[in-house]
Amino acid sequence: MPEQMTGAQSLVRSLESAGVDTVFGIPGGAILPLYDPLMDSQRIRHILVRHEQGAGHAAEGYASATGRVGVCMATSGPGATNLVTPIADAYMDSVPMVAVTGQVPSAAIGTDAFQEADIRGITMPITKHNYLVTNPADIPRTVAEAFHIASTGRPGPVLVDVAKDAMQAMTEFDWPREIDLPGYRPVGRPHGKQVREAARLIVDSRRPVLYVGGGVVRAQAWAELLSLAELTGLPVVTTLMARGAFPDSHHQHLGMPGMHGTVAAVTALQKSDLIISLGARFDDRVTGKLSSFAPGAKVIHADIDPAEISKNRVADVPIVGDARAVIADLTDAVRAEHEAGRQGDYAAWWSQVDQWRTTYPLGYERPEDGSLAPQYVIERLGKIVGPDAVYVAGVGQHQMWAAQFISYEKPRTWLNSGGLGTMGYAVPAAMGAKAGRPDATVWAIDGDGCFQMTNQELATCAINDIPIKVAIINNGSLGMVRQWQTLFYNERYSNTDLRGVPARAGGAVERIPDFVRLAEAYGCVGLRCEKADDVDATIESAMAVDDRPVVVDFTVHQDAMVWPMVPAGTSNDEIQVARDMAPSWEDEEA
Amino acid sequence: MSRHTLSVLVENKPGVLARIASLFSRRGFNIDSLAVGPTEDDDVSRMTIVVNVEDLPLEQVTKQLNKLVNVIKIVELDPTSSVQRELLLVKIGADRDTRSHILETVQLFRAKVVDVAPDAVTVEATGNADKLEALLRVLEPFGIRELVQSGMVAVGRGPRSITDRSARSATVTPIAPVAN
Repeated sequence: MPEQMTGAQSLVRSLESAGVDTVFGIPGGAILPLYDPLMDSQRIRHILVRHEQGAGHAAEGYASATGRVGVCMATSGPGATNLVTPIADAYMDSVPMVAVTGQVPSAAIGTDAFQEADIRGITMPITKHNYLVTNPADIPRTVAEAFHIASTGRPGPVLVDVAKDAMQAMTEFDWPREIDLPGYRPVGRPHGKQVREAARLIVDSRRPVLYVGGGVVRAQAWAELLSLAELTGLPVVTTLMARGAFPDSHHQHLGMPGMHGTVAAVTALQKSDLIISLGARFDDRVTGKLSSFAPGAKVIHADIDPAEISKNRVADVPIVGDARAVIADLTDAVRAEHEAGRQGDYAAWWSQVDQWRTTYPLGYERPEDGSLAPQYVIERLGKIVGPDAVYVAGVGQHQMWAAQFISYEKPRTWLNSGGLGTMGYAVPAAMGAKAGRPDATVWAIDGDGCFQMTNQELATCAINDIPIKVAIINNGSLGMVRQWQTLFYNERYSNTDLRGVPARAGGAVERIPDFVRLAEAYGCVGLRCEKADDVDATIESAMAVDDRPVVVDFTVHQDAMVWPMVPAGTSNDEIQVARDMAPSWEDEEA
Repeated sequence: MSRHTLSVLVENKPGVLARIASLFSRRGFNIDSLAVGPTEDDDVSRMTIVVNVEDLPLEQVTKQLNKLVNVIKIVELDPTSSVQRELLLVKIGADRDTRSHILETVQLFRAKVVDVAPDAVTVEATGNADKLEALLRVLEPFGIRELVQSGMVAVGRGPRSITDRSARSATVTPIAPVAN
């Protein structure tokens, strides 16, 4: 016999039934009915954030660090629209997330009522699916569907907008035993014929590359990937979204491809005769100018989303399926080829790839004026903190350096905003990751520009015992934009200088804001480091704090640039290892 | 560019039309015509969408449409193996001298007059795009005062239904079921 309760109680029970243990949110008028029974829930911990965008990124960080669905909550109107950025972010990076929003009472919908926004309409193009619930009887089924859609197939955000009167009305709670979605049937197992064809291409190829994307992390396919890589002996590249899916220390790993990828990874893809794409999507930051990308390569494209296949680069062998199943089946198929005496010979390829790798390793120069190199800070952080910690980056130069100079050995230890490129992601996402994995050390590596977009969540962290650590790579500017101004806009630095205040006569540079004092104001420990000699000790001090968040202001050199670089819109053949320095390809033609 | 006719079965739920229209606009595809209506199943609506695209973008838009949770099935209807119809209502200036000419033309096209005023007639015609275009060319000299045209609707020829071997609902267990 179904129980009688209010719609709000039914919504709390539904979230509990979906297995939710943590919710990030802020209450407001339209969602007030939900917050009342939420207070009594024994299973759900609600973390009160300071801005809804923080709630959304925290839900993303929670999801990306744990693999479970992240949940955020906001009221109608501005509360809901503040979730738009993280929802779009989750959509681009395939993060399983459910956003619950309050809506004005159903009778007021469409009247431009106070705090009314058509959040379902607004989020249609940036959600996997979304709902407006006006009948309280629909709440359990809608929540069950939302979690099912968010977490299966290609994961993504689902928004559930619930009218206030639906939460206030009496209803029956009846958790659905099955879900019936006639238009939603994600493919799991791949087509055997396609997989066998892929295996044949692999053993016949001479210059193949495994192009690994974020789908491998979402599908938890890292063990299968390692088996396939070791069985075939192929070079592996991991995209920005896939860092950690394959150990950086593995000798087959060439690093990250793309605009700021390693010369070896970019060039191996470019000169390959076969690209095996696993859960990657030929993003423009990876391919460079699409028409000149890997001109001699055939493409095996495996993805759970059929719409990704042949979207940018036409696939010769399309494989639709879950990455874990695809890679496992492909490994079996390659093994069968080997047993039939057909083995790939990649010796010549490897000697060429190794030459690129040894000639053009990742590197950086120390600033001549003795100031701190941002790359050095990040490199030392990775070394001292180690591969078990979770690293969460914002967007910009520091993000690229964090992707380049930290050695990722394990999946789900690297979180960032890859597709949307959302500045301000790091602090709230780190908070979500730490809430989901309280035993892990979580470091946000942030820029001073990014940090100032969402740092108010430090208060949330300090109050709710979520002791994250933040390394601000403080170069006093919007560094990546500044880099482009240096390279492409004649060093005219229009609106990228964040310090803006010249040193007062006789005094020190005035810091606006002073990040150490700001950290302290938020109940965190604030540290500062300005010299290479102090970096290790500062990181050790930060690691020693475990009862509060720590913010370290690493004041670094302003003119450091991210290299290598493929300038936007150009071919990957145009990769530069430093300013106006292209690798020399002579005596390397295959 | 070539014209393609897509028949799309969708769940009869609020907002579905907006989802489909916004998907076309966001992905940069132009809709030539669109018609929506009920089907033999109350829970299912059918859209007939005519798009002017190359084959590869067509494949992309079909895949994107298929990703919409409310979209149940998409079939491309080939003009040679389907019946395709549009409805046209056109108001033409008509006086004593021209009226009989107009009526003759209307009969030739197997169209019909549905309203008569002292100085105008309104003509109803159905057919494929070519036929309606030809009719309008002939009526044009009389003076077209107002014209309204429906989107195309289409159905495959032969005994098979679009729902054959489809619309099987995939039933799955919700994730993380917790006993209550």
